[in-house]
Amino acid sequence: MTNEIALNLVDVNKRFGETEIIRGVDLAVKTGERHAIIGPNGAGKSTVFNLISGYYPLTKGKIELNGQEINGLEPFQINRLGLCRSFQVTNLFAKMSVFENVRCALMWSTGYKYSFWHLMGRQKKLNEKAEELIEQINMTHRSRIPVGELSYAEQRALEIGITIAGGADVILLDEPTAGMSHSETEQAVELMKFVSEGKTLIVVEHDMGVVFDLADRISVLVYGEIIATDTPDNIRNNKAVQEAYLGAEEEV
Amino acid sequence: MITENRIPKSGKGQMMKRYGVWVAASLLVVILPQIFDSGFAVTMMSEMCIAIIFALSYNMLLGQGGMLSFGHAVFYGFGGFIAIHAIKLVNDGASVIPLELIPLVGGVAGFLFALLLGYISTKKAGTTFALISLGLVELVVACVLLFPSFFGGEEGVSADRMLDYSITGFGFGSGIEVFYLIAFWMVIATALMYLQTQTPLGRMANAVRDNPERAPFVGYDIHLVRFFQFSLSGFFAGIAGGLLAINYEIVNSEMIGAIASGNVLLMTYIGGVGHFFGPILGAVLFTFLHLTLVNITQAGQIYLGVLFIAIILWAPNGMAGIIMVHQPIWRAGKIKRLLPSYLAALGAGLVTFFGAMIFVEINYHLSLSIEPDKPMQLLGVEFQANGWIPWLLAIALMVAGYFMLRPLIRKIGRKWDELTQEMQEGGIA
Amino acid sequence: MEFYVISLLNSLVFGMLLFMLSSGLTLIFGMMGVLNFAHASFYMVGAYFGYQISAMIGFWPALVIAPVLVGVLGAAIERYGLRTVHKHGHVAELLFTFGVAFMIEELILLIWGRVAMNYQVPASLDFTIFTLFESDFPVYRLFMLTISVVMFVALYLLLTKTRTGIIIQAALTHADGVGMLGHNVPRVFMLVFGGGSALAGLAGVIGGNYLVTSPSMAILLGPIVFVVIVVGGMGSLTGALIASLLIAALQTFAVGYDYSLVDLLAVFNIELGAEPWFPDLWRIKIESTGPLLPYLLMVIMLIFRPKGIMGERES
Repeated sequence: MTNEIALNLVDVNKRFGETEIIRGVDLAVKTGERHAIIGPNGAGKSTVFNLISGYYPLTKGKIELNGQEINGLEPFQINRLGLCRSFQVTNLFAKMSVFENVRCALMWSTGYKYSFWHLMGRQKKLNEKAEELIEQINMTHRSRIPVGELSYAEQRALEIGITIAGGADVILLDEPTAGMSHSETEQAVELMKFVSEGKTLIVVEHDMGVVFDLADRISVLVYGEIIATDTPDNIRNNKAVQEAYLGAEEEV
Repeated sequence: MITENRIPKSGKGQMMKRYGVWVAASLLVVILPQIFDSGFAVTMMSEMCIAIIFALSYNMLLGQGGMLSFGHAVFYGFGGFIAIHAIKLVNDGASVIPLELIPLVGGVAGFLFALLLGYISTKKAGTTFALISLGLVELVVACVLLFPSFFGGEEGVSADRMLDYSITGFGFGSGIEVFYLIAFWMVIATALMYLQTQTPLGRMANAVRDNPERAPFVGYDIHLVRFFQFSLSGFFAGIAGGLLAINYEIVNSEMIGAIASGNVLLMTYIGGVGHFFGPILGAVLFTFLHLTLVNITQAGQIYLGVLFIAIILWAPNGMAGIIMVHQPIWRAGKIKRLLPSYLAALGAGLVTFFGAMIFVEINYHLSLSIEPDKPMQLLGVEFQANGWIPWLLAIALMVAGYFMLRPLIRKIGRKWDELTQEMQEGGIA
Repeated sequence: MEFYVISLLNSLVFGMLLFMLSSGLTLIFGMMGVLNFAHASFYMVGAYFGYQISAMIGFWPALVIAPVLVGVLGAAIERYGLRTVHKHGHVAELLFTFGVAFMIEELILLIWGRVAMNYQVPASLDFTIFTLFESDFPVYRLFMLTISVVMFVALYLLLTKTRTGIIIQAALTHADGVGMLGHNVPRVFMLVFGGGSALAGLAGVIGGNYLVTSPSMAILLGPIVFVVIVVGGMGSLTGALIASLLIAALQTFAVGYDYSLVDLLAVFNIELGAEPWFPDLWRIKIESTGPLLPYLLMVIMLIFRPKGIMGERES
């Protein structure tokens, strides 16, 4: 973890109509850091992700990725600059197989762009890369199955897989272990550690076990504001956090 | 559509499987006009080939890209108009393009026109895209009468396809020679469109169709994906238009308007948008019905409309979908178990259909024929349309058929449940 | 001067007719997300019902009965057809309504034939209300205007002041939430679809004798109505109103101008040679561009302001 800032949120505000959802968030995530965002339901965690990834426009403030301002850019432009995100509700390409999904996620970063003259079957390197990635998320035995037939945990694993496929340096994972059993969660955490090796990881999570295992630093988001950003131990002992966020350890 | 792309394995067996279909199709196309060699049959087959290219090009938008267009015929028609003008130029001695390459001229024209219209068309998706396509086709149609030197006004533009210079040496005066030219381009276009589905653009078009929210997050500008897919589909539609110009030696505004656009939508959807071969089925069936029904009944459009609505309500994956749904049962060798209940339901269905047919034909005769009081003909039987017997018969048949059909359909459902359970237990499904 | 005033009045009448049609469509779209391709077909059915009932009982009963019948037809189509298709997504819904439009046209051909119906303005409304400059302004146009304004006001009040209206507005954006509050959302959908169709039918009853009543009514007017809602902004009633008036004005005014680009050049004393490049383009007279203008407007809107006049940015 260096002292360079990978992702910088400066006075970020978001209002929907009359309702203010995000009220002045300041957050500086260091390059190579594993950073968790926690907070009660409705605090606006997914909204923050949507703002960072360009899904919603900012009402006020700015967001910088590796020093470059990205607010106002289209999601695909932000993605190409090196930021990727997963979704809380699994968001895959429903009619394709696991292999197809992964391959699609690799296409842009391997330079295929909008080609209509390369035949997919013949692209050895691309296909090998896809097989490799599927191996990394432990789904080789299921790679030709249509994603509709996967179990929930498998879908979540695939969601992580296609998120990081493009090789982005800054990875946003939105509640990756939601709905998982204990053993599934353990596997997911191993996967998250593995894929974020040497990269910047920002996770929204409810599972405190995961958070304290994984994170270098934690930010606590309550009612659209960050009330504390610190190491896990300090957060655990922070009075304001304890008050605002009554859920202690969430054992799943 | 589950489109699994197998990494090609080597070996003779795989080669046969992959290329076998194409070889067989090419052979079929060569042999057919030798068997069915009447003028009518050859014309029908030529039209079918053109429709196949047009429908497949349309499915690049609808089935592959998830874009519902009500105005695809503008590229078909524009390709046709440019092609016929090109032939005219050769007729006038101003150019030396061989007839064999004219479809390509149409294709390029369609492609350029799609580039022009595509950028703004694809800015929006879904319903809005559909409406924009309708607006654009109406725009083009409104222009037809304003530019008579290009569109030829009401009569259209005609030319003579027997050119002096030819690559293959054929004169293309006879229907069969024209058919072979059309069929040749059909096989090429179909192969190219199939291969396109296996390219990065083709795959991303599928991805954008399935999940336009996710696609940007794997790095793609979904507007550009749709725009490029749109333009390519215009290319192939233009090829079909060029072949149309060759086939009829005349192109008029009917081929560029909303009705032609509606027709390709109907045939593609009925054939099935979820599988590559679906539009091929639809195009063949639609052309066949179009050309034969016109001689039998005035109510052809009604039957077509009912078929379309039936497919939307009960078989949204079209004919191809129905066929493919039976694939696992066929593979398990259990298809014979379904046949008795299918045949029974077919019988009851036909009864209902006959009743409806009589009903529709009587009405058509009474409203639209010139002398409604004269007796009408149906299936060789002559009778008075305004007598009460035919009405009673029609209604009786429809009601009886309906009540027979309902339990039979339930029975089919039960048979399916039975079979799926068996196959699940046997580890097949 | 005369030309402008008369054209303005005529634009108003035509524009309000367009608005009657596009408002029902906007409601259904904004509410259910489904674009009813058959909306203009319901307009046609309204005209035919209006004609038939007028011939049998009289115009005034027809004015009430015909829209109700069309509304019932619409509700039935929603209940027994659209609801089944709903689960297959918006594209399937649009295709279904396209099929319905197709069938309605064929059925109308089947029942009434190909020739235009002699649907006349009723005798009680067939006089001149005032004479402007030298043109007679028939009272029927005033009647049409009145009906459309009354309809607009009634719709506005219904949506904002009544309980049903507020439920409809809520279901517009949060159908699930409204369902969980205990309201029968499918029933609300059916009511809205039927209501929107009834509006189209009403437009048909009063428009059918002003314009012509023939089986091609839907094909002629339908695309223009769709352009209205694209230009106005999908889902916006105010946008639909503005766009309706704008497009009506464009078409009505264009008819009066006998100029072409050749004439424009003549103003600057430029003459075209005998064989100019692309001869047709220079000779087009504005008066013949009428059918073209709504679609041209749509293209311009899409280039410069894709969300429409009052549209929301898609999230």
